Amino acid sequence: MALTAIEIYKLLPKTNCGKCGVPTCLAFAMKLANKQAELSACPDVSEDAKTTLEESAQPPIRLVKVGTGDNVVEMGNETELFRHEKTFYHPTAYSLIIEDTLSQEELDAKVKEANELQYERVGQIVKLNMIAVKSSSGDSVKFAEAVKAVMSKTSLPLILISDKPDFIEEALKVSSSNRPLIHAANKDNWQAMANLAKNYNCPLVAFEDRGLDELAELTQSIKKAGVEDIMLDFGKKPLGETMRLLTIIRRLSAKKNFRPLGYPVIVRLESDPEKEALHSAIFTMKYAAALMFNDVSRWKMFPLFTLRQNIYTDPQVPIQVKPELYEINSPDENSPLLFTTNFSLTYFTVAGDIENSKIPSYLQVIDTEGLSVMTAYAAGKLTPEMVVEALEKSGASQKIKHNNIIIPGMLARMTIKLKEKSGREVLVGPRESSGLPKYLKGLADGK
Amino acid sequence: MGVQIPKEKWTGKIREFRFGATREEGGTRSKQIILGGVSTMPFLYFEGEMPHEPVIAMEVIDVVRKDYPQIAREPFEGVIESPTEWAKACVEQHGADAICLKLHSTNPEEENKSPEEAGALVKEMLKAVSVPLMIYGCGNVEKDAKVMQVCSDVAKGERCLLGTADEDSYKSISVASMANDHGLVGFSNLDINLAKQLNILLTDFGFKPENIVMDPLQAGLGYGLEYTHSVIERIRLAALMGDQMLQMPIVCDTTVAWNSREAKIENPEWGDEKLRGPFWEATTALSAITAGADMLIMRHPKAIKMVRDTAKELASNGGEK
Repeated sequence: MALTAIEIYKLLPKTNCGKCGVPTCLAFAMKLANKQAELSACPDVSEDAKTTLEESAQPPIRLVKVGTGDNVVEMGNETELFRHEKTFYHPTAYSLIIEDTLSQEELDAKVKEANELQYERVGQIVKLNMIAVKSSSGDSVKFAEAVKAVMSKTSLPLILISDKPDFIEEALKVSSSNRPLIHAANKDNWQAMANLAKNYNCPLVAFEDRGLDELAELTQSIKKAGVEDIMLDFGKKPLGETMRLLTIIRRLSAKKNFRPLGYPVIVRLESDPEKEALHSAIFTMKYAAALMFNDVSRWKMFPLFTLRQNIYTDPQVPIQVKPELYEINSPDENSPLLFTTNFSLTYFTVAGDIENSKIPSYLQVIDTEGLSVMTAYAAGKLTPEMVVEALEKSGASQKIKHNNIIIPGMLARMTIKLKEKSGREVLVGPRESSGLPKYLKGLADGK
Repeated sequence: MGVQIPKEKWTGKIREFRFGATREEGGTRSKQIILGGVSTMPFLYFEGEMPHEPVIAMEVIDVVRKDYPQIAREPFEGVIESPTEWAKACVEQHGADAICLKLHSTNPEEENKSPEEAGALVKEMLKAVSVPLMIYGCGNVEKDAKVMQVCSDVAKGERCLLGTADEDSYKSISVASMANDHGLVGFSNLDINLAKQLNILLTDFGFKPENIVMDPLQAGLGYGLEYTHSVIERIRLAALMGDQMLQMPIVCDTTVAWNSREAKIENPEWGDEKLRGPFWEATTALSAITAGADMLIMRHPKAIKMVRDTAKELASNGGEK
């Protein structure tokens, strides 16, 4: 969290020497606070002040990246408790745990399942983000082999799970180029783990299940050892406690700027597949940066991907659908033609109501930059000209024989202009989308 | 290190709606449910009270149409044609805290059942089950006004929740509700200001604030869920910060989740719909209760079990409960 000018001033030498080019230290502090000057301009600033000021420029929750290239996963850097205050930035990363005790075939099948787990939804690709390889065999060679085998079959970033530094080192030897996440350093092994994280330049999870005091101490030690990219794991706790701890950590870091816990949190889930699904839903809404699944059956992941997409939608930027001519209920050349905006909620509501009417129809979506019907109209982002242009672009006239178009009831006042511009007969539809089934049925019955 | 747990000091508290009247109170319900009474954001027991777990009312519709999803129909095969038998199954087999009776058949565009027929069904329902009752109309303003009048009289003394009142239709339903000291569900369209506006209109009209429950419009998972989630959070935060015109309990109707194809159609890509469907509704419901909903109207028994179990887990280890 940024310091105020007064807080910065307290850290400066207060000599008013003017060597920085500004007459007084207070004026310099104000420039620093507004990011109009660099601290290096002051020749007399102390090392302590430097460190404090540099730290204050860091985000309250560290941004941690795992993996390399296109599949890199970013976690942390959140600033809010509630999405409406601004937005949540980095969607909870979902990962699948694969144990090194699996046979080659089982392992291949699991990796394949993870690789193929992706969907396109409202124009976005949603997918599994990481694979976690867990050392369960008690054999470091086997662990490294499993890591190698998984790596050869996936481009997803990896998490390496073992509390034995020598096991992690064996695995890092074959995987460090992909910048895996090391899970985990604890109170006993942290020095060796921190050295590995530093030498191989990989992010490191700090694991401590005794309490937040101890966890904060551990991250401090790891940081002093030279590791910056840290994640937190406070151990498996009952659901309610986990949710409360995640909330407390988010508050401490994002709102109180408490650095020792200013890191993204990774949570390991229950082995019961249904509990795992339900708990994941809670943690996706309430502050987990990453989740480690034991089972990624599609019945649970598809709804969870959807939830994650919903919650991490930027409230300031509405989700938009593609401005196209949509075919609903298999229309033919005589089916009615309607239009609406590309704001996803508007589109889904209208499309759903048309679907429920069971009447085959065409729905032309107009690019209104994600505004709803009335807002777009008021802002001049939904004009008769734009409707005509969209219809031309989508080739509606080739597909549809008749010369009618249904206008949303709210836009009734646009009727005459639209008729002029489009040369189409304009029928005024219902004011609310929910009136569409009745309206369309009436139209079909010739009423 | 000495980590200081940051606690919010809220000044506001959610009003309590006493749902259902027992014999002592002049009704025939076996117990009364309290909605609200909350003084914290959900499940954060370290800084406030959440005296009750979320209440689950199960949906019973007086006429089940063809578009009712097969997966949700299956658990009630054999009873779904009879609203009272259906309601009994909800209470006896699935532990419904309350029943939400939706009088769809009164719709003038459809079966057009009379207010008296609806009233007779409410009377039967009150005999068939002893849990508190929500009574919802068909959504046609003029018809609902008449239906609610009759239903309110029939259920006199039972402290039901009548629904729903919106900005345009609140007067008739308020009158019906006030006449017999029932509660009322006020419906607003995903907007904290509209929710507050409706509460002001209702109280100015003479309706007691402690008898109002708010429905801020539940959107289903994948179809605007994030709007509902944030509107509930904003309403609840404003209430806890002291806005008395938003300190009403919140109810969310998560049966809306079943309107989406993703909840009910067979598609191997999306996984087993027998689990996916209930989880779709459960996720919608979990979004509501983590944001601040006090009561849910739900459909599928498996989704209900999922939500109830999860709510119990969220409430555990909570210190003073």
